[in-house]
Amino acid sequence: MEKITMDGGQAIMKSLEAEGVEYIFGYSGGSVIPIFDAMMTTNTNIKFVLVRHEQGAAHMADGYARATGKPAVVLVTSGPGATNVITGIMTAHMDSVPMICLTGQSVSWMIGKDAFQEADIFDISMPVVKHSYLLSSPNDIPRTIREAFHIATTGRPGPVLIDVPKDMSAGPMTGDLHAEMDIPGYQTHENGEINAEHISDIAEALSTSKKPLFLVGHGVMISGAQDAMREFAEKLNVPVTTTLLGKGAFPETHELSLGWLGMHGSAYANKAICDCDLLVNIGSRFDDRILGDPSKFCKQAKIIHVDIDPSEIGKMIQPDIHCIGDALKVINALMPHVSELNTTEWLRKLDGWKEKFPFKFKRQGELKMQHVIDEFYKLSEGNAVVVTDVGQHQMWAGQFYKTDHANNFLSSGGAGTMGFGLPAAIGAQFGRPDDLVICFCGDGGFQMTLFELATAAIHKLPIKIVVLNNHYLGMVRQWQELFYEDRTHGVDLEGNPDFVKLAESYGIKGFNLRRSGDVRRIINAALDYNEGPCLINCECEKTDNVFPMIPAGKPIEDMLIEAPKPHVKLEKPTGST
Amino acid sequence: MINSKTTHTLSVYVSNKPGVLARIAQTFSRRGYNVESLVVSPAIDGNFSRMTIGVSGATEGLDQIIKQVSKLIDVLHCSDHTFDDAVTKEMGLVKIAVGSEGRGEALQIAEHFGCKAVDLTEKSIMLQVVGDPDKIDALMGMLQKFKIIEIVRTGKVVMSRGIETT
Ligand SMILES: Cc1ncc(C[n+]2csc(CCOP(=O)(O)OP(=O)(O)O)c2C)c(N)n1
Repeated sequence: MEKITMDGGQAIMKSLEAEGVEYIFGYSGGSVIPIFDAMMTTNTNIKFVLVRHEQGAAHMADGYARATGKPAVVLVTSGPGATNVITGIMTAHMDSVPMICLTGQSVSWMIGKDAFQEADIFDISMPVVKHSYLLSSPNDIPRTIREAFHIATTGRPGPVLIDVPKDMSAGPMTGDLHAEMDIPGYQTHENGEINAEHISDIAEALSTSKKPLFLVGHGVMISGAQDAMREFAEKLNVPVTTTLLGKGAFPETHELSLGWLGMHGSAYANKAICDCDLLVNIGSRFDDRILGDPSKFCKQAKIIHVDIDPSEIGKMIQPDIHCIGDALKVINALMPHVSELNTTEWLRKLDGWKEKFPFKFKRQGELKMQHVIDEFYKLSEGNAVVVTDVGQHQMWAGQFYKTDHANNFLSSGGAGTMGFGLPAAIGAQFGRPDDLVICFCGDGGFQMTLFELATAAIHKLPIKIVVLNNHYLGMVRQWQELFYEDRTHGVDLEGNPDFVKLAESYGIKGFNLRRSGDVRRIINAALDYNEGPCLINCECEKTDNVFPMIPAGKPIEDMLIEAPKPHVKLEKPTGST
Repeated sequence: MINSKTTHTLSVYVSNKPGVLARIAQTFSRRGYNVESLVVSPAIDGNFSRMTIGVSGATEGLDQIIKQVSKLIDVLHCSDHTFDDAVTKEMGLVKIAVGSEGRGEALQIAEHFGCKAVDLTEKSIMLQVVGDPDKIDALMGMLQKFKIIEIVRTGKVVMSRGIETT
């Protein structure tokens, strides 16, 4: 046992180093000064990034993890510092993103007595973490940090919070820096045997299917199974649709790809769901954005669900066959048992739909968000890491920026957190310094975390920040127009600043894009600019709507492929948001 | 009153860590299940505890919630013993207001249910009863004819029969 005398803060830094941490995103405060001090007194290669708001730190760590597959650390002070990261933790939790969040806490003998800047973050965060700790001895630090990383990154990943009372980080640590983990209740289902019977049932179901369809989720990328997935689909000659978060798990330009499905996904993917005779879901949790009405979902087909998390099986949809395990292991186990299927007729039908119902927009007239995104796609040759905020632009980014590679489309899917885009793009650019990062934001969401422009500027991160500005909370306005007889209320973003001047005040290069005729020229100029971040303010058509659309809670069959005729009155959606 | 038909008896084996009870309680309450009874006691190995939880709510869907509870890092396993023949016991104390007049009858009922009178005064009797929850319900029913001052029940504990652990 290696016994060293150091303080808790130093033990934290040493333990983080042992986990291979590259970045800490954070904000200081009284209760974490000992940890900040330890950054100075220990000799590690860990880089610290000072953000402008704790929410920004959490989204940066999130973007970093989504872009690289590795967790980053969030470090914030107690009380308001800790509560400010809750949105970011919840966002990561909803999308199974690994993250380690260290929160400062008052000294332990004051906890529960309303000490200055005390917040019971251990309990406040409980529903939105994979696991959490409240340190009660500095000697527990090495074991706790090791467990936290193991839990955050294995099985179904997620955020882990460690609440660090100040006397834990300031007090002496005399324990073992290499302490063993002690989590007997943690089963990852990662290295478990894949059930051979389930594998043969799936292979059998595939062999007799005439119209099979793969539904591929984020889980495939978490497992690193994208190449195997491609090989698998090609071997079988089976079409693939992905979830929004699954973009990149299968190349969208592949002839077997149907793009992504769901509320604003492709009409042909949604039609395929309604027509297939076998649906094989690998690594998606049957989110309500893709189900519409769960009781009517894909009734005509046999359903197979492959997931690493046993509690997802039967949560939304009761599958006919399921298999618990890591996606890569399951695909590899299936591979030798399957052979090419005769899907020619099925694929021909799908090709017909692809031709008949493509994503489309008009390049003339007022500037369209779709046009800007499409041009970015073409001029960057599809090779960027695309990060989105939440709203109409997010859906159009999904539609028009095709994703061929894993971890290249980062979006807050489960939580739909406005304000995610810019800080997540910053985290992604830190993690992938040599890749082009494009951040598509709405004017609403951008203003929720725009203070992180400072962070982007200081570190000269060459992010293309594209503000798709329609002067509205566009997605909500669309719902009001379609389902509430156009009674728009609380969605007019009157009072927007001049975003270019705003960028310039941070020392960031700004471009204005106002006319469709200028799209190519301005985007080329923005792509050529390489001295740091640049912001492109795009003055877009104010009242455009996203289609296709499946009204929330409606069966997929009720999808609106394009805008309904003006006199058509649509019922208010029954599904959530 | 606990109705054993809609109340499920779950046995949960957990690491003895702070917060484990809150996490389990949250998992049930978020899905609309009400915790009706709860008994926590240390296991043979002091690092672990055994919880017996009575929850009421729809039977359909409970399997999924059991999986969610099992998934908690500090939970080693969680199983439903509602429909197996595990031994289920509970203890209850009941205090009735009774003077010399009804005392004989009260003690007769008590004897029938195998109760012990653990406190006796001029005006009251406290009875202790141990048994399966239905038996305790039945006793309480019989005692309705007296003035019941208060009832306290421990909540049920459950243990599998035979050599297997619960
Ligand atoms: C933090 C947060 N608050 C509110 C919402 C609800 N919401 C979803 S989309 C949307 C409008 C977004 O507007 P904008 O950022 O301008 O993007 P657009 O839809 O116009 O592209 C709102 C308010 C949300 N998703 N997140």
